[in-house]
Amino acid sequence: MTAPLFELRGVAKYFRGKTTLAERILALAGRRQPPATLRAVDGVDLTVAKGEVLGLVGESGCGKSTLARIATGILAPTAGEVFYQGRAVAGLRGRDRLDYLLKVQMIFQDPYASLDPRMRVSRIVGEALAVHKLLPRREIDGAVDRALREVGLDLAYRDRYPHQFSGGQRQRIGIARALAVKPDFLVCDEPVSALDVSIQAQVINLFMDVRARHGLTYLFVSHDLGLVRHISDRVAIMYLGRIVEIGPAASVFADPAHPYSAALIKAIPSAARRKAGFEPLQGELPSPLAPPPGCPFHPRCDHAMPACREIRPELAEIAPGRSAACHLHTAPKVA
Amino acid sequence: MTADIVLDVRGLKTVFHAVDGAWPAVDGVDFTVARGEILGLVGESGSGKSVTGFSLVQLIDPPGEIVAGQVLFGGTDLRAASEDELRRLRGDRIAMIFQDPLMTLNPVLSVGEQMTEAILEHRRCSRADALAQAAAALARVGISSPEARLKQYPHEFSGGMRQRVAIATALLNDPALIIADEPTTALDVTIQAQILYQVQKLSRETGAAVIWITHDLAVVAELADRVAVMYAGRIVEIGAADVVLDRPRHPYTLGLLNSSAAMVEPGARLHQIDGVAPRIDSRPSGCPFRPRCTRSLAVCADVDPPPQAQDGRTLRCHNPVPA
Repeated sequence: MTAPLFELRGVAKYFRGKTTLAERILALAGRRQPPATLRAVDGVDLTVAKGEVLGLVGESGCGKSTLARIATGILAPTAGEVFYQGRAVAGLRGRDRLDYLLKVQMIFQDPYASLDPRMRVSRIVGEALAVHKLLPRREIDGAVDRALREVGLDLAYRDRYPHQFSGGQRQRIGIARALAVKPDFLVCDEPVSALDVSIQAQVINLFMDVRARHGLTYLFVSHDLGLVRHISDRVAIMYLGRIVEIGPAASVFADPAHPYSAALIKAIPSAARRKAGFEPLQGELPSPLAPPPGCPFHPRCDHAMPACREIRPELAEIAPGRSAACHLHTAPKVA
Repeated sequence: MTADIVLDVRGLKTVFHAVDGAWPAVDGVDFTVARGEILGLVGESGSGKSVTGFSLVQLIDPPGEIVAGQVLFGGTDLRAASEDELRRLRGDRIAMIFQDPLMTLNPVLSVGEQMTEAILEHRRCSRADALAQAAAALARVGISSPEARLKQYPHEFSGGMRQRVAIATALLNDPALIIADEPTTALDVTIQAQILYQVQKLSRETGAAVIWITHDLAVVAELADRVAVMYAGRIVEIGAADVVLDRPRHPYTLGLLNSSAAMVEPGARLHQIDGVAPRIDSRPSGCPFRPRCTRSLAVCADVDPPPQAQDGRTLRCHNPVPA
């Protein structure tokens, strides 16, 4: 296997709540309470090969969006390292860091919040080219036109403002903005979940066309398992800040190894199923402020064993190219 | 008309007034819902599905106005009902559930206070009795230790739990009709599955008729007995779920079903519907779906197809997909 384009090693992101006045006074009095720590991402190892589409799935609060923001350099990890083309991102300075930030582009979920309402489309798409002096000023117009044509937007729209567009067209503008700087790696955070069903298919097709044309690599973050199965080569499933299963999309969906993956896949509504007697997964995502001991999934798991309450299973290879973090697959060592 | 029909909607039309005219958000909608039946009302944003839901209970504020049609509920036309009569019906015989449960829950009242209020508004009973009913209602939607939960405030509940509270509150007075507007859209799939399961069970147990408004055809497929597909303010196809979803005849219904990723091999191009839905103030003449339709004929540009019963469903199309 060739060296990965992108790699995360032991990446974690913790958020601390603000301390209240009472807590500060207690701290002064020497009765310090440890501040509550939210472990949004808690030790993730991940590689993305060049040209690959890696789908990242999980429910709200599992840390998938935080992970996407770390990948694009918007957030710095609390611990662990991010590598791009084999180089640690944290050590990049100047021109090298700018290169990384441009080569890794993000597509956001909300096509309303992610475009500046006071900028014309041509400026939104051409801004990075102008600011970073990637092209001589007289060539920017041509590059903007190429990007707009690429995403299927009429060039007559280049002087309009974002509010004059529908959600699907705005998402196309966001994609044109990302493509304008000639990226290698697109991090897409729920890129179609705000769009109507008939528009989702258009935008997903656009993502696949663009990928084929430019040989792009994607990290595709979504809660929609049906879409992830469709677009991804490999899929990673997150639960409470950790990856619980990762492997080729076809085999994970056909034969999920982790009970949580199995429950998620079963919960996908399907137009082919009629009046299915639902067998819902019980319980809810625990608070990441107070994750359960042992396996974080054990309170909701049908297969929970005594070991699951005490020992947290690590992500381990269960078959070539497939890993899962579950005691069902790795006999737990008795302490 | 059979005795089992809970709600009979005929020619419902709701417009929104603007400086340049009155634009119809709901443009002549007819349907019925029977006791114990779940009707899925499906459409994309701007199709008029939510305005239909609000029009049924006469909750349309200016610049909106219901200008035509009848909403027959238990023999009375809700359009002709007085505000007093409507207040007595809403929250009692007719309940609504919204996408955002915080819209229905009062943040400064405990869950117990607002649930008992909903009972005491419509029933004569003691407070203790009402509290016991509220606790039972919470237990029915799968909330554990209901007595303790009644003392808590809405912010102390997770999103999925709040939606359960909203559903439990809606069910308190054993409504004959529940109108649910995208109630699971903001929730995760595993929580959505739990709520769909509860609603299906409750509708079977209590015989309540349910109108489930959503953009998600897959949810409707698993939940509903009958399906109505809305486009540009009208119902373009309505019938039994098996009929409409297994053998769609309207090109829009077929297009929506085919655009799902489940319809093609992984990695293959999705079958997209080209174009976008027309804005309310610039709908084309004739059939509003024509500019996006692959089966349009010359007549489609001139004549808006009227609803016609055929092949076990009601359809508005000049050139339906062959059976």
